[in-house]
Amino acid sequence: MKNRGIVELSVGIFLLIGILGLVFLAFQVSGLTKKSMSEGYVLTANFDNVGGLKVRAPVQIAGVVVGRVTDIKLNPKTYQAVATMLIYDNYSIPNDSNASILTQGLLGSNYLGIAPGYSQVNYKAGEAIARTSSALILEQLIGQFLFNIKK
Amino acid sequence: MYPVDRIRALGAAGLHFIERVGDAGLVLFGAIFKKPNLRKSLPLLIQQIYVVGFLSLPIIIVAGSFIGMVLALQGYNILDKFAASEELGPLVALSVARELGPVVTGLLFAGRAGSSLTAEIGLMKATDQLSSMELMAVDPLQRVIAPRFWAGFYSLPLLTIIFSMFAIFGAYGVGVSWIGLDEGSFWSNMQASVDFRIDIVNGVIKSIVFGFFTTWIAVYQGYACVPTSEGISRATTRTVVFSSLVILGLDFVLTAMMMGGW
Repeated sequence: MKNRGIVELSVGIFLLIGILGLVFLAFQVSGLTKKSMSEGYVLTANFDNVGGLKVRAPVQIAGVVVGRVTDIKLNPKTYQAVATMLIYDNYSIPNDSNASILTQGLLGSNYLGIAPGYSQVNYKAGEAIARTSSALILEQLIGQFLFNIKK
Repeated sequence: MYPVDRIRALGAAGLHFIERVGDAGLVLFGAIFKKPNLRKSLPLLIQQIYVVGFLSLPIIIVAGSFIGMVLALQGYNILDKFAASEELGPLVALSVARELGPVVTGLLFAGRAGSSLTAEIGLMKATDQLSSMELMAVDPLQRVIAPRFWAGFYSLPLLTIIFSMFAIFGAYGVGVSWIGLDEGSFWSNMQASVDFRIDIVNGVIKSIVFGFFTTWIAVYQGYACVPTSEGISRATTRTVVFSSLVILGLDFVLTAMMMGGW
């Protein structure tokens, strides 16, 4: 047990690297804090079918992420899916925009795409996007296609 | 040899095994569940963390970086066929955080630290240091076994985290700096698919379990070895073999439990 100082220093360094590693894994690798609490305003949109859209999926305009889907629920009266999204504060959505559920690539995950309109008036927090188009369900399309062939 | 004798031999082997497990349990109990004298045992613990943890850092860092680099190369070749090379980040991060990190670190730890613990304690026993401690009314379980056990128990999770970090750095070096993938999509795809609770915390839980069992095996094998040079060499071999088997077996059980939504 020679040189206590060096031993204690090394153990300190060891613990420090370990804690740094955990912080790295938490924030850089798993994105624990990633804009989950970031400031923005909430919009909703009703869809007949949300397909594979998931909570935390991106909301995109022209391929740029402008928000996140925060909640997906079923409206028990209309039997429509209600997707709640958080739009970051520095983006505004014209009130004749169209929200649709799209897929990244052929096999990718779903995201909520907004095609902006030309209106000068923007949606305010809490409003629902009026124009929506549902997810493209590949199975239904194929089913309809096969059904049409048989006729 | 009559069939009856064979059955009897089987029974004797079973009893022997259970005896050993019970003995190991007693050693562990004696080391852990006694009130420690913090002022005396803390310096011992720090000394052991230095030996077991800090001195294992080079092998862990080198192994981690190279495993990350190899995973990135292999993964890129396959993912590129499906035009999905942007998913390299998630591939490396998930495989390292969930499986490779805890298991490979555990195996390296059993080879690097476990065997040295066994050899050290075994040699102490062979040179009658343990018995002379008892003569001086110093409990060898408290003085020798406990700090080594706790040192291994604390060090392995830290080493696992460090391993995972360096594996991801290695993959970053190969994927982004060498192959030329986009840096932003490397990290953002990784952050989108790696969950802190499910992937990283579960990996750390695995490493805590592995640390408990490998150190327990190493310490007990040393404490219970036959005090001859041959006995020490056998005990060291057994430490590495048993620890590796326990790590691989428990890894399957833990993965099954974690995948089952536990």
